[in-house]
Amino acid sequence: MTTIPLKLPFKIDLSRPVNPTGIWDWITTIDHKKIGVLYGVTAFLMFITGGIEALLIRTQLAGPEMKIIAPEIYNQLFTMHATTMIFLGVMPLSAAFFNYIIPLQIGARDVAFPRLNAFSYWTFLFGALIMKSSWFLGGSPNAGWFGYAPITTTTFNAGHGIDFWVVGLQVLGVASLAASFNFIVTIINMRAPGMSFMRLPLFTWMTFITAILLVLAFPVITVALIELMLDRTFDFNFFNTRAGANPLLWQHLFWIFGHPEVYILILPAMGIVSEILPTFSKKPIFGYAAMVLAAAFIAFMGWLVWSHHMFTTGLGPIANSVFTITTMLIAIPTGVKMFNWLGTMWGGNIEFNTPTLFSVGFLSMFLIGGISGVMHSFSASDYQQQDTYFIVAHIHYVLFGGAIFGIFAGIYYWFPKITGRMYDEKMGKLNFWLMFIGQNLTFFPMHFIGMQGMPRRIFTYDANMGWAFWNGVETFSAYIIAFGVLFFIINMLKSWNNGPKAGDDPWDARTLEWSISSPPPVYNFLDVPKVEALDDFWVKKQKGLSKIKSKTKPKNIHLPQASYWPMLASLGLAIAGYGIIYNLVVCGLGIAMLLITVCAWSFEPVNEPDAH
Amino acid sequence: MKKIISLSIVFLLIVSCGKDLPMSTFDTYGPIAEEQAFLFSIIFWAGMVVLVAVEAAIIYIYFKYRRRKNSNRKAAQFHGNTKLEILWTILPVVFLAVVSVPVLSAIWNFGTMPENPAVVVNVKGHQYWFEFEYPDLDVVTANELHIPVGKQVLINLDSNNVLHSFWIPKIAGKTDIIPNQGNQMWIQADHTGLYYGQCAEFCGESHALMRFKVIVDTDEDFATWIDHQKTEAYVPNDPLEKEGYTIFMSAKAGCGGCHMINGSKKAKGKIGPNLTHVGSRQHLASGIMENTQDNLRQWIKDPGKIKPGNIMASQGAVYMDPNKALTDSEVIALASYLQSLK
Repeated sequence: MTTIPLKLPFKIDLSRPVNPTGIWDWITTIDHKKIGVLYGVTAFLMFITGGIEALLIRTQLAGPEMKIIAPEIYNQLFTMHATTMIFLGVMPLSAAFFNYIIPLQIGARDVAFPRLNAFSYWTFLFGALIMKSSWFLGGSPNAGWFGYAPITTTTFNAGHGIDFWVVGLQVLGVASLAASFNFIVTIINMRAPGMSFMRLPLFTWMTFITAILLVLAFPVITVALIELMLDRTFDFNFFNTRAGANPLLWQHLFWIFGHPEVYILILPAMGIVSEILPTFSKKPIFGYAAMVLAAAFIAFMGWLVWSHHMFTTGLGPIANSVFTITTMLIAIPTGVKMFNWLGTMWGGNIEFNTPTLFSVGFLSMFLIGGISGVMHSFSASDYQQQDTYFIVAHIHYVLFGGAIFGIFAGIYYWFPKITGRMYDEKMGKLNFWLMFIGQNLTFFPMHFIGMQGMPRRIFTYDANMGWAFWNGVETFSAYIIAFGVLFFIINMLKSWNNGPKAGDDPWDARTLEWSISSPPPVYNFLDVPKVEALDDFWVKKQKGLSKIKSKTKPKNIHLPQASYWPMLASLGLAIAGYGIIYNLVVCGLGIAMLLITVCAWSFEPVNEPDAH
Repeated sequence: MKKIISLSIVFLLIVSCGKDLPMSTFDTYGPIAEEQAFLFSIIFWAGMVVLVAVEAAIIYIYFKYRRRKNSNRKAAQFHGNTKLEILWTILPVVFLAVVSVPVLSAIWNFGTMPENPAVVVNVKGHQYWFEFEYPDLDVVTANELHIPVGKQVLINLDSNNVLHSFWIPKIAGKTDIIPNQGNQMWIQADHTGLYYGQCAEFCGESHALMRFKVIVDTDEDFATWIDHQKTEAYVPNDPLEKEGYTIFMSAKAGCGGCHMINGSKKAKGKIGPNLTHVGSRQHLASGIMENTQDNLRQWIKDPGKIKPGNIMASQGAVYMDPNKALTDSEVIALASYLQSLK
């Protein structure tokens, strides 16, 4: 046992933890599976808070001229609802799947940088806490999730709300960047022998593309956020319109990030669906190469369409024409994916259980969001729909009917692998139908009221506008969704410990994660698998080669050790974040803590007795 | 039962289209909104075809290929079909190439400003109301835009504060108001009448209450309206109106620091709406209520209650300093004076 060479006035065991237990285990873990569970549970709790915010919004809009929620609070609610769902809900829920599933799908023992992985999680957690703590520290951000300058500058927004948003998003950005680099390196370098890129499961492919998008997109919003932070904290003039700034700078920077971000949100869900449909259709994916190419094309085109969020900002006919055409082009690979999913199911022997229902729900809902997306690409007529409830309908068909349905499908699909238990199928189906009906009754009428002229982000509307009926329906149906999610929670809690044993391969599935026990052992694979085909596990099962016993002993497998430095480094970052908001000296202390802990992390000894 | 179902379907269609609603984008009264509704109908029906086809395929797959108990059917094993992939790549390309023609032509049509507009209006977005200035006619008003029927009107959009967006659903889609950007748009209305407009870009606490009205006049009515707007403000004779006038112009109330009354030496402010002819407007507080004595009193008494976060409530002397607060009789006098400004 070596200890870290730090001289302290009191005695404390700073040695690297060996086989920690209990809460200390969860704090110091660098096992990708545990970190995946931490990501999933934390992000799901955030998803619940975002859902409560949504219900409060809907309650205020239930009827015309309601006075349940004050305007200022309402504006904070819709800002936080979107920020929460996008950055604290869907993105980290996808990250939970990356963490848990990717190493298993590519036949690896862990990610490339296990401690960096822990750092990503803790940084995400602290970023989320910074963002959410604004509710208790004088008010949340109130300028919408894309925070268009100059309403975010101190001239028009003196309180701390926007500061929490600026700092929180930067901290979350660090978490996302660290995780993305980790997964790019993992997928490139840690693939099992024979797992060539064109044998990667589609979920891994989508993760790979998502991680590349993230690495390229987050720096852009970070630039924008740092500029805004300099404006707010140090009186710079990037967005000070009274000193001559053109606030369109913010919109360009935001959407150059923001449009790839949309694909960052949806590609993982597409990957999940691409795993589930072949498994339950008992068929290989239709057009594997076309699926990969379509996703790569979508990701590339994602960089060429940002101004379609800005059709009404007066960019002129040339820019609007170019972005109309590029946006239309995105419909093509998306259509290819849709048709390939249908082709995957065509001729299959499809088991319609909960994961399949959510996947098919994804297809039918994402289709609607896709079609309304093409409607928005008609920029000349989009001048009518921009900033109305029509776009609110569009985004919820893509992100709720799309991303969230895909994520729920994935949770049900991999639940038996992660817990070793089977969920309750009846309750799962009930969950699906409540969410499906709720989704359509809540969000479909938004198309109508959008075309009838209801702008988004309004806390009240007049009775004579004729929007009351559908708003009432939407509010009622939002609670149906909430009930659906409630059944999901009950199902998870009930089945996690008490569900029937699931077995290693309950779905007769196709990818490597199903070849090992459920839940997987800490080392994942006794022997690193040798991959000879796409859907290698399925192929081996067909040939009767999947049941070969290994002679490797688990104690001979080297695994990385637990460490508490990643968590402390994240804590330093969080302290620096609060320091930016309240006190620059504290910020300096936080940065010092970050630097010290990262150094200590770098020199951390390997001290497990039989470590290699 | 059948009757109830068919009746409810008809009812749903009526409430969903809602063509006659005040801000419906389907109920168009000008060439721009009309072309926008036409373009939308192209992609709407094309979208409906795709939607019905794909959803029907999903339902067909469910009934045809779902796993049944006691069935030994095996799933067909195939990996793809290159011809199909090419087909469903090329077909949408052709479709989009065709429909992009009317879209691009509309972009140019809307984006090309008229060389000889009948009227030029400078629209200024404030938190939370619209100011309308007719630079060639030397008229400044607020929240009610008058334009002549059947003529192209050029709109210059500006703001000295946050972003706003100028939108009259029945006449034209929106254009954002962006400080230091100098956006322009043109509109034309082909029928006289009153139309609803609303700010469409989030602009702060009372964004929801930033509305306006467009009044489309015949040429004669428009000329009459302009002539009237150019006259100097009415000077009251009635004792109550006079009392209101005195309060309005007093240093204690300080109304004139923000509001302009044409011809007055004391009321020369430009921060709030020009009130020279406020009594002739149909609505108050950026189109959120009728211009009645009672509403006007309520507004003057506590503007922050009606429109939270507005500048008058947060910066007006009589609302900030309890010693200067208006008494009920002062409010009545002020309302009476303002209503006399026809």
